[in-house]
Amino acid sequence: MRHRKYPFVLAFLAPGLLVYGIFMLSPYAQAIWFSFTDWSGLGRATDIEFIGFGNYLRLLDDEQLRVALRNNFILLIVVPVVTLLIALFLASMLNVGGRRRGAAVTGVRGSAVYKVVYFFPLVLSTAIVAVLFNYVFAPARAGGVLNTISNAIGVDWVLERIRGEGRGEILWFGEPAFLIWIIAVVMIWSFVGFFVVVFSAAMQSIPRDIYEAALLDGSSRFNTFRRLTVPLVWDTVKVSWVYLAIQAMDAFALVHIILGVNGGPDGQGDVLGVAVYRAAFAESNAAYAATIGVLLLLLTMAITLMFMRALRRERVELA
Amino acid sequence: MTMATPTAESTPVSQKQPPHPVQGVGPGDRAISVLNGGFLLLWGLITTLPLLWAIISAFKTNGEFRTKPLALPTSLQWDNFVRAWTEANIGQFFINSVIVVSMSLTMTMAFSAMAAYVLARYDFVGNRLVYYLFLGGLMFPVFLALVPLFFVVNNTSAIPGLGLNSYLSLALVYTAFSMPFTVFFLTAFFRTLPTAVEEAAIIDGCSHFMLFWRVMVPMAKPGLISLALFNFLGHWNQYVLPLVIMQSNDKKVLAQGLAQLVRSTGFRADQVALFAGTVIALLPVLIVYVLFQKKVQAGLTAGLLK
Repeated sequence: MRHRKYPFVLAFLAPGLLVYGIFMLSPYAQAIWFSFTDWSGLGRATDIEFIGFGNYLRLLDDEQLRVALRNNFILLIVVPVVTLLIALFLASMLNVGGRRRGAAVTGVRGSAVYKVVYFFPLVLSTAIVAVLFNYVFAPARAGGVLNTISNAIGVDWVLERIRGEGRGEILWFGEPAFLIWIIAVVMIWSFVGFFVVVFSAAMQSIPRDIYEAALLDGSSRFNTFRRLTVPLVWDTVKVSWVYLAIQAMDAFALVHIILGVNGGPDGQGDVLGVAVYRAAFAESNAAYAATIGVLLLLLTMAITLMFMRALRRERVELA
Repeated sequence: MTMATPTAESTPVSQKQPPHPVQGVGPGDRAISVLNGGFLLLWGLITTLPLLWAIISAFKTNGEFRTKPLALPTSLQWDNFVRAWTEANIGQFFINSVIVVSMSLTMTMAFSAMAAYVLARYDFVGNRLVYYLFLGGLMFPVFLALVPLFFVVNNTSAIPGLGLNSYLSLALVYTAFSMPFTVFFLTAFFRTLPTAVEEAAIIDGCSHFMLFWRVMVPMAKPGLISLALFNFLGHWNQYVLPLVIMQSNDKKVLAQGLAQLVRSTGFRADQVALFAGTVIALLPVLIVYVLFQKKVQAGLTAGLLK
């Protein structure tokens, strides 16, 4: 059997590797090469000149890039922490939060329905999410949901007293300082459900008798959550954290559709992904776009490795 | 968080246990339950209300939408959907999406399953290298590849059926970009399958291919179905990749068309048609998800818990 292994292995790997190599690996390799050239992206790719680290030096005094970096950093910290906390909390409620007659530890009533509902945002395309939140944060006159509700409960009246006549409404997209937080909120909104489902599965695989033992020992819910549930799903939390960190470094489609290619007023909602796109397609500087892209890639890799190391922990074997 | 409830019962050893501790649900505990229930409900509302609002808005007139954004429509405006389908080209975009996704999904699943299977079950020189080659793709930001990807696809124009604005090109690109994720999870899945069946099949003189096709694929079916569903959602909603490859208007896919609808000034006046288009775009994924949600979740767990 052993001697006929290689033809089979090759035949099975070839189609996948071919497609993956041509349409994914080769563009990435070329992007790295472009970052060392002066190519605009308009002319033929043969007329380009090698300029060494010129593009990389330009990164150092690009003011707008610093805004994008700061915003990506905010997303990187805020989105995973808030998403995972909400998801862990909701998942533990759904799966081990109930205490019903006949069973010590169960999910709460309707937990199956909640799991379906929470997952909804994940099946939506970013374009749809962006359309929705455009209107959630829009001014009331333009059909903005949040402002219509807050005006109905009198927030505009209060704000008018504080800020003066005619300024009773919060123009969410008009405040440069708000922009990246709006993006963070939208990201959290769309990711929580996914991790509720992921953590639910992890929690389902924890043997029930561990919880019964904790209950018999008089452990409070919070202690059970902190000392039992969280450690037992920590491996999953770790993987999820890395996944979310990578997502937070992206955020391209959301910012692009909600705030536009310049990252909103004063470019204060800019992220690295949009900076890449802008350089390539609005400023016709493909080489510089590739350079920002490489920076983004290096950051993503560094963050992934860092998180993997920082979150390393002994794995708990369940019976 | 609200979990930080008073830990009144944190003296476990000396505490006298009630005769049936399992049934002991005190009033304080009940209050926490109500509070927790409230939070579950709140998050449920936060996730569903924007969606419901979009669906309701799709049935309004533009006037109703602007003056009373939160009210119910007085009569159902089915005409919004007709305008979205024909005038806003959503119909054409819809058909394009169906064609591309059906091709890309088939290729993604076939190529990934084959690669993942040999990576998981065969020991060969370069196994780790190929595995990490696929895994590395998970870390690459898509838009780093956008500009070169345009030229790679453009360079395939000589081959019939490929090149820019081709369904097959886009499907191949989707396949390439889905492989890291799919191979990663399917490899984990194939590793979990029992070896006993495999050994029995080999003793019975089963060939490598037959072993894969007749034994391993049926056993891996739950994982394959879940990942197929997962990829379906991803491909259907893809936005950045078609932006580069599908540039002629009659070849654009749904998400692209929708984003274009948001941006185009002509349709900014017709907001309800935009919502109707949104509903048309989300209907297939919502139906697939509601029908198969158990399987999507089962497959995800198989991969993530390994």
